[in-house]
Amino acid sequence: MKTTKTTIVLAALFGLVGGMTTNALAAQQDPSVQADINAFQNYFKNKFQHLSLNDFSKGPYAMSEDKRLQFDAIMEFPPFEDLVDKGEELWKTPFRNGKTYSSCFSGSDKTLRTAYPKWNSAKGKVETLEQAIVNCRVKNGEKKIGTGKGKLAWMSAYLTGIATGEVINVIVPKGNAKALAAYEQGKKEFYAKRGQLNLSCANCHVDNPGQRIRGNTLSPALGQITHFPVWRGKWAKKKGDGFGTIQRRYGGCNKQVRAKPRKRQKAAYNNLEYFHTAMSNGMEISGTEYRE
Amino acid sequence: MIIKSIKGKGFSAFLLSAMVSLAIFSAPAIAGKKDDKALKKATKTCQKLYPSMTQGCGLSFSRRHGNCLGCHQIQKGAQPGNVGPPLIAMKARFPSRAVLREQIWDATVKNPNSLMPPFGRHQALSESQIDKITDFIHTL
Ligand code: HEC
Ligand code: HEC
Repeated sequence: MKTTKTTIVLAALFGLVGGMTTNALAAQQDPSVQADINAFQNYFKNKFQHLSLNDFSKGPYAMSEDKRLQFDAIMEFPPFEDLVDKGEELWKTPFRNGKTYSSCFSGSDKTLRTAYPKWNSAKGKVETLEQAIVNCRVKNGEKKIGTGKGKLAWMSAYLTGIATGEVINVIVPKGNAKALAAYEQGKKEFYAKRGQLNLSCANCHVDNPGQRIRGNTLSPALGQITHFPVWRGKWAKKKGDGFGTIQRRYGGCNKQVRAKPRKRQKAAYNNLEYFHTAMSNGMEISGTEYRE
Repeated sequence: MIIKSIKGKGFSAFLLSAMVSLAIFSAPAIAGKKDDKALKKATKTCQKLYPSMTQGCGLSFSRRHGNCLGCHQIQKGAQPGNVGPPLIAMKARFPSRAVLREQIWDATVKNPNSLMPPFGRHQALSESQIDKITDFIHTL
């Protein structure tokens, strides 16, 4: 860790390419963003000194031994594997024009998940992995599909599964004022109180992780995105199949505080996802997981 | 997928028990059918627990009204959260009913970053509902 930090500091000082990226052409992290990430992660590390960085990905289950045992028991026989298999099949099935999803992306499928959300310079906005998949369909003459659950969530879950152990590295390119503004907007969305109950994401997931609201143990915001889409018992009980994307989950948390959920794959949530994911940079993708 | 699994038999029962009700707060408090139902249910519970304060207790316990149990322990209240302090010895700590009411009406006056919803200021509860809740909480 110490060496990484030194590298980052040096990179910031001398404008070198950061030690975390292997590609010399890859954009460098904006230093103010890196400072935010360090402060954010240190806050949680100090609060929960017995946890390693990757432990935070277990959310509420990292907060007590009992909860962790429950989680481990369920993950021994994951209830969602059939759907992930379906996701793999969908992902690998060529479009009618013969091309595949992979043709829309550079690099290996295995690491796709780690760089999203990504700044799209051509469009001048943040692009999520889910949106990139939809765009890929449209580019190849296929219909759009929904971004909350169903087929897209299964494909996305497949990509999260094969990325297990790969390290999250979301970049807000240095010197790109528009990208930084989008990131700042996402940060604002995260810290602003909203809704009739007047609560911010940070009120629950930064100020009170480990505490309970009714019977629900609050997860720390650090590591909240390492395992999405998640398969939730709650979502499986209702219509649908149990899988939901991160933005579907945002909608649920908004409703809890009686705030109107934002539209999925529009600027407000995309920028929030940009900020929220970048805060977990350096953590490993933990694969698709179960949540209550 | 990488790991192929046999589904454990005890699994579904286990899953169900892990899936107990997850609604923390439930949606808007503009009185609708669901609100009435939630209040009725809470009030019924309160008839046994606090027979002389059923209305105030019901409004405090209902997930679609005060939902004070979401964040506070209240004696005899089931499944409390703990992000706020237990509501005990209220008369000792809030000799003045008006100060207590103010806390419930808008907790952000004392603490702008409070987790406690500003029930009055945001009209999540009516004035008369806040009165009933204050009366109940003051007896604790
Ligand atoms: C009233 C408190 C509260 C607020 C405010 C809140 N959440 Fe949550 N959130 C919860 C609870 C409770 C859960 C379920 C248990 C857990 O994982 O924390 C949850 C779960 C989540 C999860 C799923 C974590 C996982 O591992 O599955 C994410 C992601 C999340 N919240 C993000 C947000 C974001 C972003 C915001 C702001 C838009 C927000 N939350 C606002 C209470 C809250
Ligand atoms: C979302 C969580 C939440 C809910 C719901 C909530 N509170 Fe609170 N409450 C808090 C927190 C946190 C505090 C601690 C002080 C602060 O941060 O403002 C608090 C403080 C208080 C206090 C002051 C306690 C003291 O010892 O100083 C009272 C009284 C109180 N709440 C009453 C209520 C009542 C009555 C209700 C239901 C109508 C309620 N609260 C609902 C979170 C909540």
